Amino acid sequence: MAAKIGQSVWKFLDERFLLSGLIAFGKKKTVPEHRRSFWYFFGGICLFLTGIQIATGIMLLLYYTPSVDAAHESIQFIMGVVKFGWLIRSVHSWTANILVGLLFVHMFSTFFLKAYRKPRELTWVTGFLLLVIFMAFGFSGYLLPWNELSYNATRVGTDIAGSLPFIGHWLKTFILGGAEVSQATLSRFFWFHVAILPLAALALIGIHILLVQTLGMSKPIGERNTKEIPFFPDFLYKDALGWTLMLVLIGVLCVFLPWEIGPKADPLASTPLGIKPEWYFTFMFTTLKLVPAHILSIEGEKLAILAFMTGGLLWLLVPFLDKRAGREKRSPVFTWIGAALALYIAIMTILTYTVPKL
Amino acid sequence: MNIRAIRLFAAAALFAPLLAFGQKNSCIECHNQLDDELKAPAAGLAADIHAQAGLSCKDCHGGDPSQDDVDKAKDKSFKGSPKRKAIPQFCGGCHADAVAMRAFNPNLRTDQLSQYWTSRHGQRLKAGDTKPAVCTDCHGVHGIQSAKFPKSLTFPWNIPQTCGRCHADKATMEPYKLPTGQLDDYKASVHARALYDKKDLSAPVCNDCHGNHGAFPPSVSSVASVCRQCHPSTGDLFVKSPHKKAFDDMGAGECEVCHDNHKILTPSTAMIGTDQGASCVQCHDKGSKGFEAAAEFRRELDGFESGFRTAGDLLAQAKHKGVEVSDVEFRLQDVNTFLVTAKNLTHGLDRAEVAKAVTDGEKALVEVRAAGEKALDEARFRRRGLAVITAILALFGVALALKIRHMTRARSAAEGRGSHS
Amino acid sequence: MKRRNFVDIFLGGSLLATIAAFVYPVVRYVLPSRSGGGGVQNSVTAAKAGELPPNTARVFKFGSSTAILVNTPEGKLVALSAVCTHLTCTVRFDAETGTLFCPCHNGRFDLGGNVLSGPPPRPLETYAVEVSGADVIVSRES
Repeated sequence: MAAKIGQSVWKFLDERFLLSGLIAFGKKKTVPEHRRSFWYFFGGICLFLTGIQIATGIMLLLYYTPSVDAAHESIQFIMGVVKFGWLIRSVHSWTANILVGLLFVHMFSTFFLKAYRKPRELTWVTGFLLLVIFMAFGFSGYLLPWNELSYNATRVGTDIAGSLPFIGHWLKTFILGGAEVSQATLSRFFWFHVAILPLAALALIGIHILLVQTLGMSKPIGERNTKEIPFFPDFLYKDALGWTLMLVLIGVLCVFLPWEIGPKADPLASTPLGIKPEWYFTFMFTTLKLVPAHILSIEGEKLAILAFMTGGLLWLLVPFLDKRAGREKRSPVFTWIGAALALYIAIMTILTYTVPKL
Repeated sequence: MNIRAIRLFAAAALFAPLLAFGQKNSCIECHNQLDDELKAPAAGLAADIHAQAGLSCKDCHGGDPSQDDVDKAKDKSFKGSPKRKAIPQFCGGCHADAVAMRAFNPNLRTDQLSQYWTSRHGQRLKAGDTKPAVCTDCHGVHGIQSAKFPKSLTFPWNIPQTCGRCHADKATMEPYKLPTGQLDDYKASVHARALYDKKDLSAPVCNDCHGNHGAFPPSVSSVASVCRQCHPSTGDLFVKSPHKKAFDDMGAGECEVCHDNHKILTPSTAMIGTDQGASCVQCHDKGSKGFEAAAEFRRELDGFESGFRTAGDLLAQAKHKGVEVSDVEFRLQDVNTFLVTAKNLTHGLDRAEVAKAVTDGEKALVEVRAAGEKALDEARFRRRGLAVITAILALFGVALALKIRHMTRARSAAEGRGSHS
Repeated sequence: MKRRNFVDIFLGGSLLATIAAFVYPVVRYVLPSRSGGGGVQNSVTAAKAGELPPNTARVFKFGSSTAILVNTPEGKLVALSAVCTHLTCTVRFDAETGTLFCPCHNGRFDLGGNVLSGPPPRPLETYAVEVSGADVIVSRES
């Protein structure tokens, strides 16, 4: 009986959406299986976590108010009064951090496997842009609870943006919506966080996934194993297993380490000691703190920021720079560069939290 | 004096400060080249409030600062440094003259000298003792700062140290047979904690109870008036209580008897009751009405206080387990006000009043306790919920794993068959 | 029952259970609760209009702290935080002097929240008062 109803529903939709063609295409999709195919899971899990962020984000919108008089109070309301509000909010905050972490893993794994080589250059480009967008998500979202930590971290972060040569002052004013962190900033960050960045992210994710679907998964250079498994349903089930484990992890984190609310931001209070941005920015933050004040008569900080921007640009263009990989040849130079960068990021991040007076 | 002379004098007085800056000062020049004690006056003068008002060496010491030759500089008007005994009058020459002081700071009092003569320091100085404190001992000399500046020797949080220089030194106090434990006692007090830890400048220091210039230990009858300046409600309650007459008859110093004078600690309920360390049993023997009353007060307060502590623990537990309780914590703080009120009411020795305050407080506490229990329930609910969801997800995971294994086997079996055919 | 069918049913069943376990908190979250209210507590009905005689006051709960609503002798309603800025005792209205008085260490404030005497280091926060029909509503000043 149920099968018959199912079949007629299917027939109805198939005749109108022409689903059979889609199904046939889907059935043909395969995923290579080899020593390194474990890394294929990371893209999917980032997508899954993004889905969680969108869902929990939309739910938080129901009770959150982006006004300096009510933002902090609304978070308190969500955490203390709304049923399961503590869960939704904690999931959103924890998943954000896990997502950024896994994005870095995804990026470095595709880098070391040279998945960016021709014809997948644009997948890499859209991917890196997505990382930047998600870090912007983190930066903008961090301010929204309007607590002491986020207010000051925003101040420090935008100060750094403001020190860029030529465009610094304009950029800082644009981001802040004024001269300092205020209601205008909160409204602006909210706008970025729930409208502009999601739009950009969805567009880029769309392109990114389209490319992956069209071109299939990249195999490591010289990989001779030709085994392939179907994407639907084999690979998807394996994906789902990973997602299930991730859900358990998030659940445990939210129950035992719910995200704190913190004291409400007080623009008149002096900055507390040891203010730092969220962990995924700390490698840049610590670099700026450690760089000497002047290098060859140029301000050290400005030089460091320029170095980051140049580095970022080069990193974005890696697929076009790594000619050897483009010719399916091993390119150890780029591997070493990537390893050095990964090590640098790791060390700088760890230093931020282990060295007392930075 | 004709109009012209008066005008000239006024102009000179008005412009003297400016002139002083521009003028030659051989005193400073010479003394800066000397060492140690003789250099100190010149070195410290820039920070001195007198110098900032435009006065210079000659305004106190006389002499002629335009002369480089030391004998010419120390002319007939030169007064030198005054002897200890003469210092109060030396400073009082301006500071006790209302007309003179008005030109510089109309707000400054000019009764310090007359007050000083009423103080123990002043009395002993007049009697010929050169050791008691004179103006320069507390205010410094040649580097005197307004008491409003944190570095000044007379800024509130520096005063205990300034007085303590003599009063905490056994050798100095020995001839007078005065105790020297006051500074240490004070530092252990709740007033010192408020002053030094919380930077609460309204907390009392030595001069708030003893007076500044007219410093004298408060007499037994005036101790209560002194405490009452900041603790009026407690004082009023005490006055209405039977203790007032009893203490007066005994010649006992009210507040001081139970709370000490310098080592005033945070009052705790342990001070009330019939235990060995309690204040009540110092006078009330077992079996007396006072003894019974003490026991009852203690019972009331203990009950309330333990309830307060339990509620606090409950909230701490829930908070530790991750539940949002800041709202309830604030209400607990409110209950603390009831507790403070109840403790304060004990000074009135009115059982009914204390009981009423405790009852009111306990009503509020009931609410807080309920909220605390609710928070703990929430913590338990969350953990149970996590167990449930983990179990469901584990089941799902196992189902997935089985399915994957099944499919992989089926596929390799099919491939095997396929490759054979 | 064939092995294959069992696995599929097990998978389908556990999937449904998982979905249900996620739908439940979402539904509870979205549905308005009985006690809830509009959301953030930024305004409170402190009293009914006409309930307070002139030259009296009442302490009430405001958000997560205490506030005091005063009806001045002239009949004007003012509301302030009742938490003394010295050591957080609750202040009282002193009808004789028309000031707010803290019984703990004799701190005194005027009805604008300004410190008149005693140890309090900062003024009391003032709130906006609005009489809306039969209710006196106190809210934070914007």
